[in-house]
Amino acid sequence: MVSFSGSTAVAGIGATEFSKQSGRSELRLAAEAVFAALDDAGLGPSDVDGLVTYTQDANDEIAVAREVGIGDLTFFSRVHYGGGAACGTVMHAAMAVATGVAETVVCYRAFNERSGRRYGRPDPGLGGAPSSLGLEMSWHVPHGLMTPAAWVAMFARRYMHVHGATSEDFGRVAVAMRRHAATNPAAWFHDRPITLAEHQASRWIVEPLHLLDCCQESDGAVALVVTSAERARDLRRTPALITAAAQGSGAGQMMMTSYYRDDMTGLPEMGVVGRRLWEQAGFGPEDVQTAVLYDHFTPFVLVQLEELGFCGRGEARHLVADGGIEIDGRLPVNPHGGQLGEAYIHGMNGIAEAVRQVRGTAANQVADVRNVLVTAGTGVPTSGLVLSAG
Amino acid sequence: MTAANPPAGVPDPDFHERLTALAEKRMAAGEVYGEAAADPVNLPMIRHWAAAMGDANPLHTDAEAAAAGVHGEIVAPPAMIQVWTMPGLAGPAGRPESAGSPIDDVLAALDAAGYTGVVATNCEQTYDRYLRLGERPVPATRLTGLSGPKRTALGEGYFVTWNVTWYSEGERVAEMLFRVLKFHPGERKTTPDTRQPYPLGPAVNDDTAFFWEGVARGELRIQRCADCGELRHPPGPVCPSCRSAGRTYVVASGEGEVYSYVVHHNPPIPGWETPFAVAVVQLPEGVRIVGAVVDCAPAEVGIGMPLRVTYRQKDDNLILPLWVPRET
Repeated sequence: MVSFSGSTAVAGIGATEFSKQSGRSELRLAAEAVFAALDDAGLGPSDVDGLVTYTQDANDEIAVAREVGIGDLTFFSRVHYGGGAACGTVMHAAMAVATGVAETVVCYRAFNERSGRRYGRPDPGLGGAPSSLGLEMSWHVPHGLMTPAAWVAMFARRYMHVHGATSEDFGRVAVAMRRHAATNPAAWFHDRPITLAEHQASRWIVEPLHLLDCCQESDGAVALVVTSAERARDLRRTPALITAAAQGSGAGQMMMTSYYRDDMTGLPEMGVVGRRLWEQAGFGPEDVQTAVLYDHFTPFVLVQLEELGFCGRGEARHLVADGGIEIDGRLPVNPHGGQLGEAYIHGMNGIAEAVRQVRGTAANQVADVRNVLVTAGTGVPTSGLVLSAG
Repeated sequence: MTAANPPAGVPDPDFHERLTALAEKRMAAGEVYGEAAADPVNLPMIRHWAAAMGDANPLHTDAEAAAAGVHGEIVAPPAMIQVWTMPGLAGPAGRPESAGSPIDDVLAALDAAGYTGVVATNCEQTYDRYLRLGERPVPATRLTGLSGPKRTALGEGYFVTWNVTWYSEGERVAEMLFRVLKFHPGERKTTPDTRQPYPLGPAVNDDTAFFWEGVARGELRIQRCADCGELRHPPGPVCPSCRSAGRTYVVASGEGEVYSYVVHHNPPIPGWETPFAVAVVQLPEGVRIVGAVVDCAPAEVGIGMPLRVTYRQKDDNLILPLWVPRET
């Protein structure tokens, strides 16, 4: 059986600045990030024969190829389910490289999510069409339950009830992320840490979520170059080997409202991803030195720690309370500041951070990193990666 | 009227002819006198009316000021003219100035034909002179117009116009033109509360129509597999347990309790006033359903709270099953 595990790598990363108003088109952002990633890898547009992005990206692969000057494409693919696509793009690219469908694949995500269409805003069209998604949304949107914060808050309330977690437990995640971002010059919230009191005083978005439980909204783009490990070793940068990559969806899965299948305190789809990752990697959570966990809303950071095996069910709040996810803790989470602190680029900036941690070039570098876990969107069908030093 | 009560929406081809003939007959009859005022024009009633209307003119209530004024005595506010001869709740048919009048059977014919809705569209009064204490005005009514059927925003209807003239001590003291629209309420396209279309209507297809049809009838329906009997919500086309596409439903008891909930504050949601609570509701039948919790402060909602379903009209086409606290 063909495997991409250990035989493929991320050879280059690139990004635009992260802002609230890029002042440029989304296609231009995509092109800039792809150029930056190719430059980082020491490759040119003519080396690229595959492109992968999210179904939610507004820039078609062919449009990006035209702007960047990429010629023939033998592989192009899209990954569905919002931010759950992030690590999935790398998995698709790795599969294409491992099977010989393509040699060099660029994954990208570009949007003006703050100055253009804001995902945190209600979209009355969500429940209007008789597609499977429209019908799914139609059990929720008519009741005014129609923003990502609201969908996640429903899980968070149940988690608090069952496990005794509090708003302060969620707040400690936000405080840790902002602490990390404060020393990351690329972060929007560089030099702007917060206190737990500020978290508690921030306004309600959807109870039990305060404003500071919700990640920021950003304009920007990130691109990644995926190729074979063998080729990557000949390029400019130290390769970040793709040790494991997985997508996951659980039984009774919905886009963001899986309220009908279990006790609502876990993330079964992330459990699927975790089991696959550890199986491919041949090791477990104890062999990961830092984790980049998707943090669009703080409660799911706790649930991910449990679902991925870093602690027992309901115990994540103790791990977080002890400073366990901070840069000097037992498992430093999101050393770049995450989406709460650096930028919300739909999880793609987290993969770039994992590559820097493996290379040893991160702003907040964790010592002796051999393996990094990365996850994608939570509460949605999702994906994950384990990247390793070569 | 014979056969005067056709089912709503079924036109009676002869109705218009018969109504018109009746109206012409009543118009030709001219003015018909009604009962004189039950009580003479009096100070206590003037005082009540002036206080209610905010009319502070002392010429109506203060004998001394009135004596020094242009009338030399207390006079009633002219706009009170209808008050003196209004039959009141115990009066005939509750129709002011119309008891035994030429408009009675015209309005009755419209009622019988399904034009049961009524809205006053015009009221124009002309005053000839002030009424003094002790006078007992007499109303006289004549039907002056019938037009229709007309399409209106409220539904199809007829405009009926009549005049009332009040006489006292042998002379005319006031006149009023009054017009109403009598309409088919079943044809109303909007109501004042739900004039705007609800912006968050659901998509409905073959797999979900039974649910929304149930809601429209005040039933909370849960899909039930016709073969293995499994209940399922949200519903779908094929039973995940036995692959049967045979579907039926049970009607839920309408009780439930909060399994989880949120209180939405920001950003604003079209069609909702913040803050509002939405819950995942556990039903005793074994399935869960999502719905807003209303008629209760969001801060009072908690996990385990007993709920009862209620049905709320969101616009002309949509009723939503919402939840209210249930006494246990």
